[in-house]
Amino acid sequence: MRYAETGYNLEIDLSSGNIERVATDPRDMELYLGGQGTAAKILWDRVGPEVDPFSEDNLLIFSAGLLHATPVPSATRASVDTISAQTGLYSHSLFGGFWGPELKHAGYDKIILRGKAKGLVYLWIHNDKVEIRDASHLAGKGTMETAECLKKELKDAKVQVAAIGLAGENRVYMSSIEHYNSSASRGVGHIMGDKRVKAIALRGTKDVYVAKPAELFDLCNRQYKVIYDKGSSVMTHSHNEAWHTDVFAWGFARERRKGFWNKELEEEWAKVTDSVFVRYNGCYNCSIDCHATISYPGRRSFSYKCYGKLTYAMAAYQDVAFNYDIMGLTQEYGLDSFSTPQVLAFACELYEAGILTDKDLPDFPEDSGKRFFYLLEKIVRREGVGDALANGVYWAARQIGKGAEEYDHNTTKKFEQVPLKLGALNYPYFLMYATGAKMNITQIEGSFPQNAIPDKERRKAFVDKWEAAPDKFKKIYMEWEPRTQPPIDAAVAIADWNETMHYIDDSVGICAFVSAFKGQFNKSSYHINNYPEFISLASGLELDQDKLWETARRNRTLIRAINNRRGMRREDEKPPHGHWKQRLPDIEKQLIDEYYKFKGWNEDGIPTKQELDRLGLGYVSQDFIKRGILTDDKASPAKETSA
Amino acid sequence: MVEDVIEKKTVKVIKVDVDKCIGCRACELVCSAFHAEPKYSSTNPAKARIRLIMDEFNDIYIPLYAGEYTDAECNGRNVYTIDGKTYDECTFCRASCPSRDFFKDPDSGLPLKCDMCLDDPPLEEPLCVQACRCDALTYEEVEQEEEKEESPDEMETGLQSLVKKHGTKKVMESLARISKEAD
Ligand code: SF4
Ligand code: SF4
Ligand code: SF4
Ligand code: SF4
Repeated sequence: MRYAETGYNLEIDLSSGNIERVATDPRDMELYLGGQGTAAKILWDRVGPEVDPFSEDNLLIFSAGLLHATPVPSATRASVDTISAQTGLYSHSLFGGFWGPELKHAGYDKIILRGKAKGLVYLWIHNDKVEIRDASHLAGKGTMETAECLKKELKDAKVQVAAIGLAGENRVYMSSIEHYNSSASRGVGHIMGDKRVKAIALRGTKDVYVAKPAELFDLCNRQYKVIYDKGSSVMTHSHNEAWHTDVFAWGFARERRKGFWNKELEEEWAKVTDSVFVRYNGCYNCSIDCHATISYPGRRSFSYKCYGKLTYAMAAYQDVAFNYDIMGLTQEYGLDSFSTPQVLAFACELYEAGILTDKDLPDFPEDSGKRFFYLLEKIVRREGVGDALANGVYWAARQIGKGAEEYDHNTTKKFEQVPLKLGALNYPYFLMYATGAKMNITQIEGSFPQNAIPDKERRKAFVDKWEAAPDKFKKIYMEWEPRTQPPIDAAVAIADWNETMHYIDDSVGICAFVSAFKGQFNKSSYHINNYPEFISLASGLELDQDKLWETARRNRTLIRAINNRRGMRREDEKPPHGHWKQRLPDIEKQLIDEYYKFKGWNEDGIPTKQELDRLGLGYVSQDFIKRGILTDDKASPAKETSA
Repeated sequence: MVEDVIEKKTVKVIKVDVDKCIGCRACELVCSAFHAEPKYSSTNPAKARIRLIMDEFNDIYIPLYAGEYTDAECNGRNVYTIDGKTYDECTFCRASCPSRDFFKDPDSGLPLKCDMCLDDPPLEEPLCVQACRCDALTYEEVEQEEEKEESPDEMETGLQSLVKKHGTKKVMESLARISKEAD
């Protein structure tokens, strides 16, 4: 009997129509847990560096997390993994709601899509019944519109749908996959569109088993309260936008407007929000209601979370009403609400600079808000200059040329970053931006506080209650002088801890909003100190903190290896240009050197044979040596691996 | 309906405040775990004795408890409009009924019914109430002399929100009309 996982993947070849239910190797759970981890293993094994992201051989993998559908609360984030056409690298995204747990109840841990359908299709998966169905009637439909149609068509309100909109159908690089209150962004929607899959509809009514029922249930039953108490004061519930409007940069990530926020604005925007607000809602088996449903006149209702309320407004120098209006549309088109506003603002800048002209943008409106709507239509249809813009800032800048390249100031590894403009170089953040594989800082940061509490007594009080932190980090935090940077070795350790927690979350499927992202506030309900117990009781794995940390490190290294094999090297590891005013080349070099060393990577950022073999990734080191990516240092022979 | 309730003359009431529901379905999950064999060994919301009737496109979130089995659909149903949202009568009906695919075991087809988490020793509160942190479900025990024909939690589900939105008078009128029609 398999616990926590179902033990089966669903393999669908869209080109041939072949569908198979394939038993998985129980050892994979031990080595990679599940979710992102086991998906990375499949990508490594089956998508070689020669595979073009837009070819039949690229895989699009939807994974439930290891803890999905167990009683463990807030296990909601399904992982989507593929190779992105935008970055040419491993691309990964997560979405909550109900979809991941439903997949488990249908009897699968993953859906692995290969090939391309001939016309637009949707997948209907009802337990053992799996069908590839014609979706021509859904072509061009919005994501929620599609979900509503499918629920009606399939006559079951509990069918869970993940769908792309027009943007995904047209392989717009910023396109997302939308489900209920959540979306998988960061460059996975365009691959779903390339495979001609409009939607995946799921219904599952099978049992999912756990290893230690009574102990686990008791632990989880208490965990609801922990999650609620630590998490209910989410930012979505607040009308006060002082923090977002002050910290994030406006326009095309250009300018901070300190002092922008005031009481009158708060009242005005609160009035708007109240007039369109419908309900707070949450995801499966989570006690927090961190999404707000908004119904804006003339638009379908949608959900947002946190800063999602303002990404378009700030990029366009508009207000909250504008944001609600455009989100009602962008959710239906299926667009990433972080990268899309950046691309729109970028196009506006190019127009102002005379690089894009009235020839490219006939009848381009005066008003910045109207410009956003105008550009949106061009992008999702890939019309005219929209075709270049649909490839994101990096590629669009190069396709448009005429100096547009100079405007590409906020991407890392060709991917749009959050709009931030800061002063002094931040050591751990430098490392996370430069080396992270998850493309958005919110998916990398979170455990270690961004600032030291100046008052030592209060800092001590924080540390005393800081459940999430291993002792080492309590010490680093206590010794950290406010307004200085931590020592290099501490910065490296901090970056490592931050990302490690996300690698755990994303393999077991726990939402970072109750875990990795919240350690810095002492609000994480899951952390390295209590995770092993949850995972062990649910899955039967024998696990302690060290072993869990090691597993996260293995996943991080394997994903690194996928990218290395696709050509990523040290020279690619740069934060967004102009993110910090201050740059310190010597320190930056030292930071990278020390980080690589700490990780067991060589000077070029490639994991060493020794490190790979130590982690049980001997199949990677062998491949690297064969390809000349590593040279055989005649180290001890590789250990047994699962390859 | 809930027999032990009548014997003890204590009515176990689960109050449902649909406006507070965040749609998390924790109630479904814990209920299915409680009734798993062995207890807590598996989860499966399709086997829960509570079901979140959900239509996110129209902001409908109604946790509904499984009641009696019926072998036939009722003929003649009402459609309710509450606060601009349309609900058909089944939305508030607890029956394990041929008209719906839930409140029956997905494998055996046998009807499922909420047993208030009957356990030995008894639980302090039903598990679905414990799991519902946002107080959409709350639990009370009330001493009651007379026998009741309907289970109070069923009443609470529909009525609380109706009364809140429309006032007692309007709801009373509708009820009088509905009960006549049902007779
Ligand atoms: S914290 Fe928010 S995003 Fe995360 S699972 Fe809960 S409701 Fe969903
Ligand atoms: S647990 Fe409470 S909030 Fe969650 S779905 Fe059930 S009734 Fe609604
Ligand atoms: S579910 Fe209830 S209201 Fe609907 S047909 Fe059956 S008995 Fe009638
Ligand atoms: S009271 Fe117990 S049996 Fe009834 S629905 Fe709630 S959890 Fe299930």
